[in-house]
Amino acid sequence: MSEVPSELKYTESHEWLRVEDDGLVTVGITDHAQELLGDLVFVELPETDAEFSAGDECCVVESVKAASDVYMPISGEIVEVNEALADEPEIINDSAYDNGWLFKIKPSGDELDELMDADAYQASIED
Amino acid sequence: MNKTVLFDKHVEYGGKIVDFAGWQMPVNYGSQIDEHHQVRQDAGMFDVSHMVIVDLTDGDIKGFLQYLLANDVAKLTESGKALYSCMLNERGGVIDDLIVYCMHDDWYRVVVNAGTRDKDLAWINKHAADFNVSVKERDDLAMIAVQGPHAREKSFEALPVDVVEAASPLKRFFGADCGEWFVGRTGYTGEDGFEIMVPESEAAALWDKLAAAGVKPCGLGARDTLRLEAGMNLYGSDMTEDTSPLISGLGWTIAWQPEDRNFIGRGVIEEEKATGVKQKIVGLILESRGVLRSHQRVIVDLDGGEQGEGEITSGTFSPSLQKSIALARVPVATGDTCKVDIRGKQLDARVVKPVFVRDGQPV
Repeated sequence: MSEVPSELKYTESHEWLRVEDDGLVTVGITDHAQELLGDLVFVELPETDAEFSAGDECCVVESVKAASDVYMPISGEIVEVNEALADEPEIINDSAYDNGWLFKIKPSGDELDELMDADAYQASIED
Repeated sequence: MNKTVLFDKHVEYGGKIVDFAGWQMPVNYGSQIDEHHQVRQDAGMFDVSHMVIVDLTDGDIKGFLQYLLANDVAKLTESGKALYSCMLNERGGVIDDLIVYCMHDDWYRVVVNAGTRDKDLAWINKHAADFNVSVKERDDLAMIAVQGPHAREKSFEALPVDVVEAASPLKRFFGADCGEWFVGRTGYTGEDGFEIMVPESEAAALWDKLAAAGVKPCGLGARDTLRLEAGMNLYGSDMTEDTSPLISGLGWTIAWQPEDRNFIGRGVIEEEKATGVKQKIVGLILESRGVLRSHQRVIVDLDGGEQGEGEITSGTFSPSLQKSIALARVPVATGDTCKVDIRGKQLDARVVKPVFVRDGQPV
């Protein structure tokens, strides 16, 4: 059974979001997603300062099995990326919600309410 | 969906089960990369019970196999010696690749792929009839492949005493039987080790004993990265019924001598050889980040400056090299550089001989 932390928000495309105290939003892929992908071997992170709209492809995670696009869950600007993943993409497999975070966004809108909560995401992956 | 007799063990040991050729098999037990390193550095085991074991007895078995196979079983001059060969159709295309052991004149054992079971058995049975050979599928036997530098020594701790006695003297690419058990010093990883055929009722106990001896369960994911690093072909990817062995990196498995040995497909591939083989299998190494995958288009630099096109037949990420590697079918005159179209971008790759790891080390 994969982990689905209750304090996070989720998308249908298996991204999670955490709203930090400073208003920035941290994004990663869920435990369910990393399990489906298997051992990750490369991560193509977005450029800092890049701006995207919700739903844009902004990042790629690649496992031995397949390459998978990661989508911006909300609109905003990339302010920080997790450089550690360049050399050790497998951190995501070990720690999808903590050390395996992908990037941080400064949101440009107010789209958080449109996302799924933990219960809704849990239900969606059980289908 | 089929399950091998070891299915419950896979679940017990934490295997992630997927569909492979209609069989429910473990793709990994947590990390296919860890399992890959286990085999290169120590010992790992694979359930290969879905593969098909066929015993041939009675009649003119040698004559039959000399007709059926592109390699020549006359090379099997010692009891237990094994041979890797392709079985061709009348168009010179590859029906399957297989290993055949000659135990004695009246008993040969053949192991073919799981995914090609039905067509292989139909083909073998059809042609065996002309030689009065009896064909028996041994679906009463399970098979466990134990592979790695410490595979044999750890197997000896787990195998019954009489099987150890039979298996200890085995040279590479030889097999020995002991009662209903059979051990081949063969494998699909490029490492030393055994492929152990065991009565189904004893397979689960053997699995546990091997685990207790320190052999780690490994899944199909690791099996693929290991065999590709070792430059070993995968049927269905690197060769099919529509490709001759000569364009599939399998020319070395054809025994052309003696010239009067007529085997199925000989005429067609002889003609191909005479007019000039147009393509070959090469190895590719991607220097940049990314993963090479089957069917990606390859743009090659030909000797003489022009460009040609090819296709990746098998690609993956190599845990031993920490880079992506592939086998690709390209024009014969391909030089040592090419580009691969990966999701719309053309990335540079090096063209090398189709073997990437030998004796556990990058070549």
